[in-house]
Amino acid sequence: MPETIEKVSIQLKVNGKSHSVSVEPRTLLVELLREHLDLTGTHVGCDTTYCGACTVLMNGAAVKSCTMFAVQADGAEITTVEGLEKDGQLHPIQRAFGDAYGLQCGYCTPGFMLSAMQLLAHNQQPSDHDIRKAIAGNTCRCTGYQNIFKAIQLAAQNMKGAR
Amino acid sequence: MNQPADEKNWVGKALPRKEENRLLRGRGRFSDDVKLRDMLYLRFVRSPYAHARIVSVDISAAEALPGVVCALTGAEVVAQTQPFIEIGPDPFAKIKDYPLAVSKVRYQGEPVAAVVAQSAALADDAAELVQIEYDALDPVIDAEDALLNKSVLHDEAGTNQVWNGVFEYGEVEKAFKEAAHIVSIDRMHFHRFSSTPLENNVVIGCWDPKDERIYYECNNSFPSFAIQFLAAHLQVHIDRIRVETSDIGGSFGIKITSYPQMAICALASKKAGGRPVKWVETRSEHITSSAHGNERTFRDTRIALDKNGVITAITSRHIDDCGAYPRYEPLGCVIWSQVFAGVYRFKNARIDFSQAVTNKCPVGPNRGYSRMQHLWFLERVVDICAHELGIPPDEMRLRNYIRPEEFPYTTPNGCVYDSGNYPKMLQLAKQRIGWDEWKKKQAAARKEGRLVGIGIGTTLDSGTNNFGQSQIVNPGLPYSGNSQGANCKLDIYGEVVVAVGSCPQGQGHETTAAQVVADVLNIHPDLVTVRTGFDTERNVHTGFSGTYASQFAVSGLSAVHGAAQKLKAEMKRLGAFVLQTKENDIEFGTGAQGPELRAKSTSKSINYWGLANLVNANSAALPEELYEVTLNCRYIWRAPFKVPDKQRKYGNLTLTYASQLHIAVVEVERDTFIPRILDYVAVDDCGTVINPPIVEGQVYGATAHGIGAALMENCVYDAVGNMLTSTFSDYTPITAMNMPKVKYDHIETPSPHSYSGAKGMGEGGAAPVHTISAALQDALFAEGVFIDDSFNNADSLFRALVAKEISQVGKLVKVEKR
Ligand code: FES
Ligand code: FES
Repeated sequence: MPETIEKVSIQLKVNGKSHSVSVEPRTLLVELLREHLDLTGTHVGCDTTYCGACTVLMNGAAVKSCTMFAVQADGAEITTVEGLEKDGQLHPIQRAFGDAYGLQCGYCTPGFMLSAMQLLAHNQQPSDHDIRKAIAGNTCRCTGYQNIFKAIQLAAQNMKGAR
Repeated sequence: MNQPADEKNWVGKALPRKEENRLLRGRGRFSDDVKLRDMLYLRFVRSPYAHARIVSVDISAAEALPGVVCALTGAEVVAQTQPFIEIGPDPFAKIKDYPLAVSKVRYQGEPVAAVVAQSAALADDAAELVQIEYDALDPVIDAEDALLNKSVLHDEAGTNQVWNGVFEYGEVEKAFKEAAHIVSIDRMHFHRFSSTPLENNVVIGCWDPKDERIYYECNNSFPSFAIQFLAAHLQVHIDRIRVETSDIGGSFGIKITSYPQMAICALASKKAGGRPVKWVETRSEHITSSAHGNERTFRDTRIALDKNGVITAITSRHIDDCGAYPRYEPLGCVIWSQVFAGVYRFKNARIDFSQAVTNKCPVGPNRGYSRMQHLWFLERVVDICAHELGIPPDEMRLRNYIRPEEFPYTTPNGCVYDSGNYPKMLQLAKQRIGWDEWKKKQAAARKEGRLVGIGIGTTLDSGTNNFGQSQIVNPGLPYSGNSQGANCKLDIYGEVVVAVGSCPQGQGHETTAAQVVADVLNIHPDLVTVRTGFDTERNVHTGFSGTYASQFAVSGLSAVHGAAQKLKAEMKRLGAFVLQTKENDIEFGTGAQGPELRAKSTSKSINYWGLANLVNANSAALPEELYEVTLNCRYIWRAPFKVPDKQRKYGNLTLTYASQLHIAVVEVERDTFIPRILDYVAVDDCGTVINPPIVEGQVYGATAHGIGAALMENCVYDAVGNMLTSTFSDYTPITAMNMPKVKYDHIETPSPHSYSGAKGMGEGGAAPVHTISAALQDALFAEGVFIDDSFNNADSLFRALVAKEISQVGKLVKVEKR
C-alpha cells in the first residue's frame, strides 16, 4: 500500500449539474455519489455485483455504480434517482411504482426504477419476459417482484399515453 | 371489543402509502445515509476459522497507520464490560459471550478485533494490518454430533446442549396402542437460510465520555430488546442510551440481533474520545456473521393414525442448531410450540426438543421464526402419511384439519386459535389454481415420463406473542404478556400527530396508523402525521416495542386506536366547554376551517387550532377543572395474556393466528433435475384487512422468501466450518427471473381477539417451503423418493433420483398396518 495515495481529478455531470472532484483511484462511483456528492438515494446492498441497489444511468445506460471506479465516469453524464423528478413532478416511473405498490422498504427501489428507465427508453411495449430480463440484475427482498412487474407495465402504459 | 361501524371510513381501504413520497424520490433516511460531525469508520477483523484458540492479537501495525484513531481487541472489551445476558438457564447462563472473541473463536466470521479510522477505506487498510495467530480446534458442524460433546464450544457450560425439554400432551401411548396404522420416519432436516434484507446492518454509535450518554442511529429492528442487553453489558443506566431508528431497508427479524456490533461502536467511540463511530456491514459479513434462521433435525418420528387416515398421535425428537452463541436463543425452543398442532386436530403428542451450539453463525429470528420449521415438519408428516396410505393429499388434510365450527379452538398445549376456515381456503386455492385441470395435465405428463407434482401447504402465522412463554425455557425470566405504546396529540397549531414504538421496514405503518386515527376523529388520513421509527427519547416505547413477530396490526394499531380515543375524549370535554354544550352533543368532522368539533344541531364549531390554542397558548382562558386536559395522550395496549403453566408447558402463547394456504405445481426436469414452478397460488386469511394492497404485498414478499428458501437459498458449510455461500453470488437470493407469477386471493375470518378483527401477518410462516416440498414429493414418490429436506435443488434431486444416495422411501419410512 503506498504511503500517500495520489488523487485524480475528474469532471462529470450528475443530474444535469457539473462537478469537478478529486478522488482516490480506488474510489467507487457509488462512493463518489453517496459520500462526496451526498446523493444518498443510490444504495449499496452487496459486494459482488448481484443486487443492483446501486444502479444509476451513465450516458443513458443502466450501470452498477458499485462495480465502476469513479475515474471511469470521467466526462460522463450520470442520472441518479434524485434526478428523476422534473420541476417537482415525479417521473411516470416513480408514479407507477407508488400507484402499483411496487415498493415496501424502498431500499431497492431507486435501482429498479433506473433499470426500468433503460428498458422503457428502448421498448415501449415490454412483455412480461422483457421486464423480467431488464430487472434480472436487481434484487428486491420485500416485494416478491409481483408489484414491480405491475409497476413497470403501468409506467409503460402511462408513458405511451404521454408520448 | 369490535370497532363501531361508524368508525370505518378509512380502515379497509387501499390508501396509497404515506411513505412513498420520500422513498420514491431517493430522500429516505437510511442509517448509512447519516453523517455526523467528526465521524469515524469502523471495520472488524474476523476469524477465518470455525473453531480455534486465539494465540495472539497484534494491533500495533494497524494503530500506527496514519489516519487510524484506535483499535479494539477482545481483552480490552472484557476489561470494560460484563458478558451479555443469557436468556437461557444454567449451564448456558454461565457462558461468556462478548462482542469480540476473547480466547477462542467459535465460527467463521466471528469478530476478533476492530479498527477505527478517519475514512472507511483507511479502516479497510488498517484491518489488513492486524496480526492474529490461531491454533485450530476440531469444529462441530452438525447439531446431532454436537450433542455428543466430543468437542465442547463453551467450557463454562461444559456441554453443547443449550436446552432440552419434553412437550407431552394427551394420551400418547394409548393412541399408539389403538392405532390402525403407524408410520415411522427416520430423519428429516430443515435447512439454514436467511431472509437477507437488502440493506445490511448499520450502526452509528456515539459515547460521550463527558455526560455518559450513548447515542445510536442504527437499523436494529427490536431496540427495546437491544437496549436491555446493552445497558447490562456496558454497565450504563438504560435511560442513558438513546436509540434512534429511521427508514430500515428490510429486517425480517435478522436485524434484531445486532446488539454486539452496537456495543463495539459505543466502546470504540468512547476510546476515540466520544467521536461518532459508524459501522456499515458488507454483504459477506452479513451472510457469514449477522444471523441465520434456525436449522432443525427431526429424528425418530412416529405417527399413529386411525383407519381413515386421521392422525391420532405424533412422537418425535427435534434437535435445533443455534450456531455458536445462543443470543436470542433458547427462545426458539418454545416459540415453535405456538403452532404445536399446526392446523390439525390431533390431541396426543410428545416432542422431545433439544438445542445445541455448533461452530456456525449464531441464529436469530428470521421471518417465520422457529414456527416454520415445525410447520414444515407437520406438513411433511401429513404428506408422507397420505402417500403411504394412498389418501389424496387434499382429502388427507380435510380429514385432519381443525373444523371451522371448532373456533375458538384450544390446542393440546393450551393455545387458543382465534378464528379460521382451512377447508374454505383449500377450496378457494384449488379453484384459483384450477386443481382438476392440473390433475388431468399431471396424468398426461406422467404418461410422457415427466415428473410433475402438485403440493398443498397449510400454514399458520401466529402473531402478538405472550412473552410469558420465555418462562417455559427459563422460569427465572421477568417477562410475560405483550404491550405496545402509542402517543396521539394535537400539536400547538392543532396538527394531529401520532407516534408509535414500532420501527417498520416497509410494512406501511405510517399509512395504516393514519387510517385508524382518521376513522376515530372522522378526518382525512392526510391530516394525520405519523412518526414511526424507534426513539428512546420520544418515550412511546414499552419493553416490547419494535417490529417483529407479526403483530403491528394488533398490538401497534390497538395502541394507536387507544391513544386516539383518549385524545378524542379530551377533545370532546374541551369542545363541550367551548361550545357550551353536552359532551354527547359534540360531533367530529371537517369544515371550512379544517378539522373541527361541532355542537349538534347548532351552527357552533371550533377547529383543531382553536382547541389546541386553548391548551397551549391561551391557557388563561381555560378553567381550572380542565387543566388536566393536555391533548397529548399516551396509551399502552396490553394483550390479555396469563403466564403459561411452566411445568406442563401449557397456556395461550399468541393472540392471533393468521393462516395461509398455498398450492404449487412443480416439474423436475428429466435431463437437468432442475425443479421448476409451473403454477402457484397463495390464499391468505389475516382477519379484517386494514389496507388490502399492503397485505397483498406482504403475502408476495413472504412467498418469494419461501420459494427462494425452498429452491435456491441455503447457508452451506463444509466439513470444517467454512461457509461456502458467503456472497450474494453464491447464496443467490431469488430474482425476477426465478420468481413465478403468484395468484393471490384471500378470505377474512375476523379475529375476536383484536379490536378491529385484524390478525398480525407478514411472516407467512414460510408457506412455500412446505408447499414446494409437498409438490416435489408428489412428483417423485412413484420413483421411490420422498422429501426429507426443506432445501431441494438440481443437485439434491439428482442424488435422490439417480444416485439414490438420499431420500429413499424404502429405507427411511416404515409403515406398520394393523
Ligand atoms: S451494490 Fe451494486 S450490485 Fe449490489
Ligand atoms: S422494497 Fe425492500 S428490498 Fe425492495
